[in-house]
Amino acid sequence: MKPSGYALDTTFAALADPTRRAILARLADGEATVTELAAPFAMSQPAISKHLKVLERAGLITRGREAQRRPRKLEPRPLAEATDWIERYRKIWEANFKRLDAVLQELKSKQKKAVDALLDDVKPKSKRRKSK
Amino acid sequence: MKVTTPTDREVVITRLFDAPRGMVFDAHTKPDLVQRWLLGPPGWTMPVCEIDLRVGGQYRYVWENAGGQRMGVSGTFKEIVRPSRIVITQLFDEDWTGGETIVITELAEQGGKTTLTTTVRYASREARDGALKTGMTTGMEAGYERLENLLKENSNG
Repeated sequence: MKPSGYALDTTFAALADPTRRAILARLADGEATVTELAAPFAMSQPAISKHLKVLERAGLITRGREAQRRPRKLEPRPLAEATDWIERYRKIWEANFKRLDAVLQELKSKQKKAVDALLDDVKPKSKRRKSK
Repeated sequence: MKVTTPTDREVVITRLFDAPRGMVFDAHTKPDLVQRWLLGPPGWTMPVCEIDLRVGGQYRYVWENAGGQRMGVSGTFKEIVRPSRIVITQLFDEDWTGGETIVITELAEQGGKTTLTTTVRYASREARDGALKTGMTTGMEAGYERLENLLKENSNG
């Protein structure tokens, strides 16, 4: 059940921060400079740069070649591996819930049978009353 | 199934069930029912399922796979309001959630259908992130769902 390998751990550690996820979400729309990335956050550029370093080390982003702007861009592969893992995990929970669906259907049909049996008990009585 | 992260300590899973909430409540609290669905990955069973359903009562679940590998979790019932709410503490034997977590189960019924809302509240943000890192909890999928959706949108566009 545990994720395999150091790479995935590094990816998830890097993802386990709301600012870094927001940065990745921004980069999913296209490359951006540090200034552009810092703009939506109430954070200094050095603080943003720290987050960018973590993302870079995890291989989630890379720097562009353009010397002046050095725009960051998203690297899709490690993220795809991480989301594959998440998808497997989601499937496990969905399988649990599907089994729960089946248990509930069974409880419902049992209850219905019990109610029907009760109604059957009631019906002959009313017939008897009519026949009197 | 919907997974969200309303705060940095919490993960919330929501799912609709086609049954009245009394039944969903029973399916969460009666051992013979719990053992049938709360199983995890394919091949795992729950040979141990003990539930002392009263405030302060303990529960204990142990899962096992075909290879004999075991995984256990225990905790205490903090609140029990049939059929709408259960609050428990939760600690896995191999503590991969970074300390005790609180699990709040809420059941809302409408038109004979029940919305199950499960909130997992970690001891701290570090604890949740620790759980995210080991990747063994529902916390996993939560934090990244938005991102996943964004990426899907991006690849579609």
